[in-house]
Amino acid sequence: MSEILTKSRARNVFYGGSLFFVVVFVAMTVHSHRYIVETSTAGMPLTDEVRLGKHVWERASCINCHTLHGEGAYFAPEVGNVMTRWGVQDDPEGAYEMLDGWMQAQPSGIEGRRQMPHFDITEEEMRGLAEFLRWADQTDTQGWPPNDAG
Amino acid sequence: MKYQSQKVAYAYFLVAMGLFAIQVLGGLLAGWIYVSPNTLSELLPFNVVRMLHTNALIVWLLLGFFGAAYYLVPEESERELFSVKLAYIQLAILVVGTLGAVVSYLVGIHGGREFLEQPLWVKFGILVAAVIFLVNISMTVLAGRKTAITNILLMGLWLLSLLWIFAFINPDNLSLDKMYWWFVVHLWVEATWELVMAAILGYLMLKMTGVDREVVEKWLYVIVATALFSGILGTGHHFLWIGTPGYWQWVGSIFSTFEVIPFFAMMSFAFVMVWKGRKNHPNKAALLWSLGASTVAFFGAGVWGFLHTLHGVNFYTHGTQITAAHGHLAFYGAYVAMNLAMFSYAMPQLRGRDPYNQVLNMASFWLMTGGMAFMTFVLTFAGTIQTHMQRIVGDYYMDVQDQLGLFYLMRFGAGAAVVLGALLFIYSQLVVRREVITPGPVATPGE
Repeated sequence: MSEILTKSRARNVFYGGSLFFVVVFVAMTVHSHRYIVETSTAGMPLTDEVRLGKHVWERASCINCHTLHGEGAYFAPEVGNVMTRWGVQDDPEGAYEMLDGWMQAQPSGIEGRRQMPHFDITEEEMRGLAEFLRWADQTDTQGWPPNDAG
Repeated sequence: MKYQSQKVAYAYFLVAMGLFAIQVLGGLLAGWIYVSPNTLSELLPFNVVRMLHTNALIVWLLLGFFGAAYYLVPEESERELFSVKLAYIQLAILVVGTLGAVVSYLVGIHGGREFLEQPLWVKFGILVAAVIFLVNISMTVLAGRKTAITNILLMGLWLLSLLWIFAFINPDNLSLDKMYWWFVVHLWVEATWELVMAAILGYLMLKMTGVDREVVEKWLYVIVATALFSGILGTGHHFLWIGTPGYWQWVGSIFSTFEVIPFFAMMSFAFVMVWKGRKNHPNKAALLWSLGASTVAFFGAGVWGFLHTLHGVNFYTHGTQITAAHGHLAFYGAYVAMNLAMFSYAMPQLRGRDPYNQVLNMASFWLMTGGMAFMTFVLTFAGTIQTHMQRIVGDYYMDVQDQLGLFYLMRFGAGAAVVLGALLFIYSQLVVRREVITPGPVATPGE
């Protein structure tokens, strides 16, 4: 063993092998990039409204309580499919009203219940956020989550 | 301590330990909010507390790595650091950036990509600090003796700094955003950081066990080869449900299964080296942390990672408390404990004294490790119930969470033990005292 596997051989295997896997990974990434743009997220146009919604989502750091496509904190419900759960995925106006109504009612102040903060955002931003969540919901996520509960 | 410039590591370790205290206290508060959700809900909401908890962790681990590099590179390269002044400037930038991030989180200014919430100017500060660091360390290494330890350490640190570029790339397309976000997050903790971890472990083994350098360095190359061969394509286990193609399910499952190997190898390496080595090194605490880190990393990152990495399993467990359980034990074993091993080893030398208070230090190891293990178990149970109720039965998220209160209470208790252990560790490092328990006379070998 020690005769065949010398230090310099181990080093060369490490450098050569790593380079190989980097090349494979980059190639798969390029393909995945195109697949995302052309296939899995192509069901709904990426409008300025959706972009605005994503910025609102980030500015409020929603990810540090909620999950989105299962990623984030695990303190509050999954929102990658929230529009489906609310039954408003195909209804932009209904999605806005539902989201606005929900967020205006926060924090609930109920004792022993997790509290969502109140966010001061304009109507335009609220509409953007609703569109962003509808956009996320239409993404082909390979069938995840298993059910509407998220 | 052979070289004067190694002393800069001391300042890095001090700041790191300060942030470590903030990190665990933030975690304790977050754990308490799970138990009593109205706590500070309007003044300091959960999302802000969590940002402080995770960001403080990442920064102090990086400071620990930087400090470790400044400590071990002069010895490995057999020369003084290229510039002590640059090292302090780098630290100053990082401290200002960290304080700036904390203040801006508290007043509600932050980004919204998980773990990368730092304001843009802080991100640039981190980039500048990383460049200063790389220049400083590379110049030192290039001018001196090259060893496998410095090769691997440098490669890890260069690659992780390059990957930081992806912290600035935030596509409008959410799925693309997520895919490139993992270039920082996964390729840090499951690839490049492993190189840093292996290099530090190799250095500690070399110093404390007295095993031949050739043996240590050959092991190291094998370990880091398995780390990158599995870890790079292992990124696929994050590309299962975010809009990426279906083939990642098999690529991710297979390669992330192999990710167990480097952690098993590191654990075996540590135990074999200690077994083979004939040195009776006086710093028992550092040895305990080294063995403990590699063992807990194997369980936290390896076993608990494998637990939910196969796509057929992950379809149900993704984004539940199972993930939280794995995240806590993996970070603790692989990176927290390895950093604390390095601190335990280097601090007595940096302060020019014997390794005092080893018993307190070792007690802190068991308190923290016991606490983290307990936390991992209860979160795994909570996650199992959550997976069943929410993902199989289809009950709503909050209805399920309301059933998990007992686990969150136990998690808080475990967290309190970890905080106690962390404070005890810091105390044992910083407060100079005589040995609490006098060691017995050198005994004759047992029968």
